[in-house]
Amino acid sequence: MLLIRCPYCEEERPELEFRNAGEAHIARPTDIAAISDDDFEKFFFIRQNPKGIIYERWRHLHGCARFFNAVRDTVSDKFVMTYKAGEPKPSKLPGVSK
Amino acid sequence: MAKAAQKTGIVEAERHPALAGRNASAAHVTLTALEPAERISLRAPEASLAALSKALGLTLPKKPKTSTSKGGRTALWLGPDEWLVIDDAGGDLLADCAKVKQLHSAVGVSHRNVAIGVTGPGAETTLNAGCPQDLSLAAFPVGGCSRTIFGKVEIVLYRTAEDAFRVECWRSFSDYVFTFLSEAARDAAA
Repeated sequence: MLLIRCPYCEEERPELEFRNAGEAHIARPTDIAAISDDDFEKFFFIRQNPKGIIYERWRHLHGCARFFNAVRDTVSDKFVMTYKAGEPKPSKLPGVSK
Repeated sequence: MAKAAQKTGIVEAERHPALAGRNASAAHVTLTALEPAERISLRAPEASLAALSKALGLTLPKKPKTSTSKGGRTALWLGPDEWLVIDDAGGDLLADCAKVKQLHSAVGVSHRNVAIGVTGPGAETTLNAGCPQDLSLAAFPVGGCSRTIFGKVEIVLYRTAEDAFRVECWRSFSDYVFTFLSEAARDAAA
């Protein structure tokens, strides 16, 4: 079982307490009625699905119930780091060379 | 409540506690259906905490996984702005919170939850049959509490002593939790 660090509980908790909540750092358009269908499609449906580092939202559903952001490697399934919701995308990742 | 019923002439419904009279014991573990208690689910921002703590008569814990206890009342930290407050002494938690002017939400969940006591030297092993958390004393000290899962059910776990836990689950899941715990207790004894 994976151990995931919850930034609100400040410790590592078993994977079963968490739920994935999709890609992180997707800003909702300020005036959603004004954007074109193509732009809406991009915002609503199109996701990166990268091979390697991905920024995701996770929720500590069966714990503090808080959403937070996590950086995960989709190849090794390892969590690089987690940080609180609302914090900017980290510019430097620990233990990642690129 | 009884007085109000007399005044209005409404007959009060008879309540049957979900796990009334159930208990189980194995070589190292004893399971007991604990007495009904007053409970509230409390949510409040940082600014309201001082006033709420004063009204409830105990300091609401701010550190993750901790609890405070005073005069039969226990406040369990569940999230950064969420607490489960349990009163075993028959006090009225909702009335105490109603006096507070600051922003907060207090919801009575006394009848939603059922508590099960797991005691004995095999308590950790019994709970670990369904709960994936590290329950060793170093990681989960006395007074520690956490919302977590047990089997397929969400529970609130509270360590009352080195070898005693209080498991709070939703009423409709209580039969599942109790049966699971009884079987786990049997396994822990083996």
